[in-house]
Amino acid sequence: MENMVNVYLFGKKYQVPESLTIMKAMEYAGYQLVRGCGCRNGFCGACSVIYRIKGDRELKTCLACQTKVENDMFVATLPFFPLVKQVYDVNKVSVSQSVMMQLYPEIYACIGCNACTKSCTQGLNVMQYIAYAQRGDFTNCAEESFDCVMCGVCSARCPAGISHPQVAELARRIYGKYVAPESKHLTDRVNEINEGAFKEIIETLMNKPIEELKELYNNREIEK
Amino acid sequence: MYNYTQEQLASMKKVEATREKRLKELFARMSAEEKQTILKENHPDYIDSAYELLQVGPNKGGKVLHELADLLQGKSRVLDMDIDLSKPDYDVDVLVIGGGGAGSSAAIEAHNAGANVMMVTKLRIGDANTMMAEGGIQAADKPNDSPAIHYLDAFGGGHFAAKPELLYKLVNDAPDAIKWLNELGVMFDKDADGTMITTHGGGTSRKRMHACKDYSGAEIMRTLRDEVLNRQIPVVDFTSAIEIIKDVEGKAAGAILMNMETKDIYVAKAKTVIIATGGAGRLHYQGFPTSNHYGATADGLVLGYRAGAKLLYADTLQYHPTGVAEPTQIFGALVTEKVRSLGAQLVNKDGEAFVYSLETRDVTASSIIRECKKRSNGIKTTDGEGVWLDTPMIEMLGGEGTIEKRIPAMLRMFGKYGIDIRKEPILVYPTLHYQNGGLDINDDGMCTTVPNLFVAGEAVGGIHGRNRLMGNSLLDIIVFGRNAGKSVGKIYKDIVVKELTLDHVKAFDAELKNAGLNPTKLSPQLLPNYTKQASI
Repeated sequence: MENMVNVYLFGKKYQVPESLTIMKAMEYAGYQLVRGCGCRNGFCGACSVIYRIKGDRELKTCLACQTKVENDMFVATLPFFPLVKQVYDVNKVSVSQSVMMQLYPEIYACIGCNACTKSCTQGLNVMQYIAYAQRGDFTNCAEESFDCVMCGVCSARCPAGISHPQVAELARRIYGKYVAPESKHLTDRVNEINEGAFKEIIETLMNKPIEELKELYNNREIEK
Repeated sequence: MYNYTQEQLASMKKVEATREKRLKELFARMSAEEKQTILKENHPDYIDSAYELLQVGPNKGGKVLHELADLLQGKSRVLDMDIDLSKPDYDVDVLVIGGGGAGSSAAIEAHNAGANVMMVTKLRIGDANTMMAEGGIQAADKPNDSPAIHYLDAFGGGHFAAKPELLYKLVNDAPDAIKWLNELGVMFDKDADGTMITTHGGGTSRKRMHACKDYSGAEIMRTLRDEVLNRQIPVVDFTSAIEIIKDVEGKAAGAILMNMETKDIYVAKAKTVIIATGGAGRLHYQGFPTSNHYGATADGLVLGYRAGAKLLYADTLQYHPTGVAEPTQIFGALVTEKVRSLGAQLVNKDGEAFVYSLETRDVTASSIIRECKKRSNGIKTTDGEGVWLDTPMIEMLGGEGTIEKRIPAMLRMFGKYGIDIRKEPILVYPTLHYQNGGLDINDDGMCTTVPNLFVAGEAVGGIHGRNRLMGNSLLDIIVFGRNAGKSVGKIYKDIVVKELTLDHVKAFDAELKNAGLNPTKLSPQLLPNYTKQASI
């Protein structure tokens, strides 16, 4: 029999195998999850939890699908957090610091406590990317925040009421659309397609007998 | 350091010992005949006992896996309900079922066309396989490439079974899909001059895999989600569609919805319905673990089938060659093919390479299964067995820092368990990844047999044939999501919905009884049940 540990789900004690993640421990205990469970692989940010190990003063946060249970772990789920998401038109947005002042002025109320960074389930330097956003440095804000899963834990811990993931989302979209260089080869190819450049050659392929296509496929040149 | 067994550690030493030598050698690709043989002898699609013949419905006599048959021939959730269809709770032009990449793309394009759109999703918008796609998205946009070459790669990789008109659309609309995403603000990996950084995927003959590090799907999904929210398209979340509603002329005209928490029932009337419900990994076909998200339970196939839509290639599934085999906590999770694109090799317990790393997925998966089951060259793991994926090769080929820059999610996922993939190889085994088949559509996205019912994304069958190449799924959800959205945008104004009915559900139930089936299992399944289990 595998070693068992005590976990306290919403304060109630359960014994679960020590190899389980927090998410699987909840299921093992009998919870049929509806909220607080999404991709189960660390990409969607649905399953953030807050926990404390008995005797430890520090409250920790993590993704339930990516973290193993520990003995005497007290766990509460945070399946939803009311982030502020401002509505904007990406085609009309200003590519300067003023967009941040307009849409997310609260970022300038950051008191530098770094609680966001300490709580980040992805280990990102959240306070730093907010500092970049304050300066309208979309490139660095986008890069620094790139691995964000938008779970919202940082915002839950922020005394200034900042919705960090939404600030970063805005910065990334501005970077991707306006700041990153245009891909000329992409624009050219789309124009060629719109002029029907490949229509005939693909239609010829479509009409070939399967045996002939097999020959073509099995002997096609492969880029090194 | 992860707590590996002695046997695993000893095997890892052998992998290290042969690494330098393997770096210099190129493993030969298989011939067409060798591929056919290895598939027939090892691929799970060829295990007859896993399949049964459907007894009712549009594909009666067709072959599907037992788990899917149970749902397609399951009991409708609305049969015992008293539902008043004359007073709809929602009345819209376009009802999109599903909150992933295909549904969001469709909603945005239908909204562009001026339609009144509503999205409904049983979890949240973005809880979808799109979010988890790591490696990339294909498009032939480089000078040495063309949509025709992309067509041949995909057609051959799918065993010459794709519907040509669907594949034509996939490859020809691909560059525009990338451009559309880029203009929405998706951060593709680019060089300083704007050239897209592209790599190979299994079965590609040109380097056309575009990526956003190894968060490609997540970056695309969060951008699409942000755009849906900016447009203030209503998203009814934690609400599932449990049956398609038709009108008395037999056209799709809405859906019965159920609140996942309160179980309240709503009637949504719509001029057009788009099924964008994704895949089926959570059905754990043939006992496989899965890389799919929590809600991947084939709901759209069930909804469509009962409404009279035909299935195409529902018998063929994709088992991704590299699911996590160890550690047990992330058993079955996806290890992106990009790891092999960047140079990591598959290696057996003795440190020997046994397959060219970028064969198509079905062939690579089959060779891993053969290495473990037939040749006994696998390494024992907590949940079964696996082979090594030699990740340190990536840094030797691409230079120090390549892993952190190009596949940060993989570095993080294993790092949480004390495994540094820059220094140690990882253990992998095939995981249930993708539903190759699905509902049969025309190139406008509409079901071949049910008017005004559209399908987009993984719920479609026939785009890829009987196997899908890496990077063609993110592509298909964007191309066919947009396509469905544009198609409904053209027709919704002229549609007049007649009286609503669920008679087709009753008729299907009668057909089940006539066939001697009296199912008790409710379908669609909506969510898996993992309660009281220590492992999946």
